[in-house]
Amino acid sequence: MREVLLVAAKDLRIELRSRVLLYQVAPFAVATLVLLGFALDADRSALRNFSPGLFWVAVLLTALLAAQRSVAVEHAGRAADALLLSATSPARIFAGKALALAAQLAALEALLGVAIVVLYDARVEHFGLAVASAAAATVGIAAAGTLYGVLAAPLGVRETLLPVLLLPVFAPVLIGATRAFGDALGTAAVNGWAWFGLLGLFALVYAVFGALAYGPLLEAET
Amino acid sequence: MESAVWLRDAVCCRGGFPALAGVDLDVATGEILLLRGPNGAGKTTLLRLLAGLASLDDGRGTVLGCDLRSDRRALRPQVGLLGHDLMLYEDLSVVENLRFFAALAGASEAESQAALDRLEVAPRLGDVSLRRLSAGQRKRVAAAALAVRRPRLWLLDEPHAGLDESGRGAVNRLVRDAAGSGATVVLASHEAPAAAEVATRTVELVGGIIPGPTGAAAPPPVEVRDA
Repeated sequence: MREVLLVAAKDLRIELRSRVLLYQVAPFAVATLVLLGFALDADRSALRNFSPGLFWVAVLLTALLAAQRSVAVEHAGRAADALLLSATSPARIFAGKALALAAQLAALEALLGVAIVVLYDARVEHFGLAVASAAAATVGIAAAGTLYGVLAAPLGVRETLLPVLLLPVFAPVLIGATRAFGDALGTAAVNGWAWFGLLGLFALVYAVFGALAYGPLLEAET
Repeated sequence: MESAVWLRDAVCCRGGFPALAGVDLDVATGEILLLRGPNGAGKTTLLRLLAGLASLDDGRGTVLGCDLRSDRRALRPQVGLLGHDLMLYEDLSVVENLRFFAALAGASEAESQAALDRLEVAPRLGDVSLRRLSAGQRKRVAAAALAVRRPRLWLLDEPHAGLDESGRGAVNRLVRDAAGSGATVVLASHEAPAAAEVATRTVELVGGIIPGPTGAAAPPPVEVRDA
């Protein structure tokens, strides 16, 4: 666990120092929400009804940037080689990087949550469901983003390939999280907890698969 | 003397091209071997092979008793590599980089500070991010990050490049201390005078092979003989 926290703390410290998340990714996330609002050209009640889907589209687009960034810090200067030369197991490196990515996404989701309340007049009716489904979705997105990031890392076309790989993988999260948020925000008459279950399963599958596959993929990067 | 590195007919391909085309090499424990050769001779690939970061595509080899085909994961934590890429984090400060790699290696903060002192990295640079340092200072920090891991095999790729005279001296002291404490050092360098100052033996790598005698008189390591 100590090594997982060391890797996660290192990634978060890098974001704190570089401020890429604050000055580039966060403004992109909010701008996406604003533009989606313009595109729909709708009144506030329509925006409120669409707010769960628009929120998660913005989260997933933002997650692409954050996942790219998480890979890039290891790729620059071949820092990933230094991790391979340490005694740390690849599964722990994966867990640490996914944990850091999840923490960054959680911060961005909090920002976007405030934004949909202000811009779209969204109202949270079931706070527990909203938090639980966001947490499950975030873990799944972070695990899948970390895994596919290292898969695309050795290829020279990483920046364009990663979105192509990740967006289809994110589709179940988009569907499940939108339904769960629809229930939590009172915009859809569905059983949100059932969709939370799907998000939890997605997170579990990618956490386990990532822990197993990260090592061989990191080796391939060398 | 015990063999730290034992290679026979080692072939290593990079992108389909045989960067090493049948290398025979023995390096005894405690030896400081200087690897010379023109650009593209395969020096960097050889160092990455010895670090367990590149795969052995043909031939046989053991490093620190670990088979290069089947045991690379066990080998890596015992090896330190200083390459062209410094394998550090540009956005972290000098001290943050050292603390991170020291913590992964189980070394203390005092040890990471001692490593910086040995490489004569000025204390005022401790909180400066790596990307703001000169090439020479970055190289010193990378060497300190390697030293703090206390590897049994030091693999240094152009360790003197970009360093001033005091930096070259600091690296040479580090190399001598490492060998003095029982570690083995393989360094590839074009800086002949600085590298020859510390090397106990020199071999030439040309076109992916080491022509002539390689000091390969040593018998295979026990684990190879028994295989």
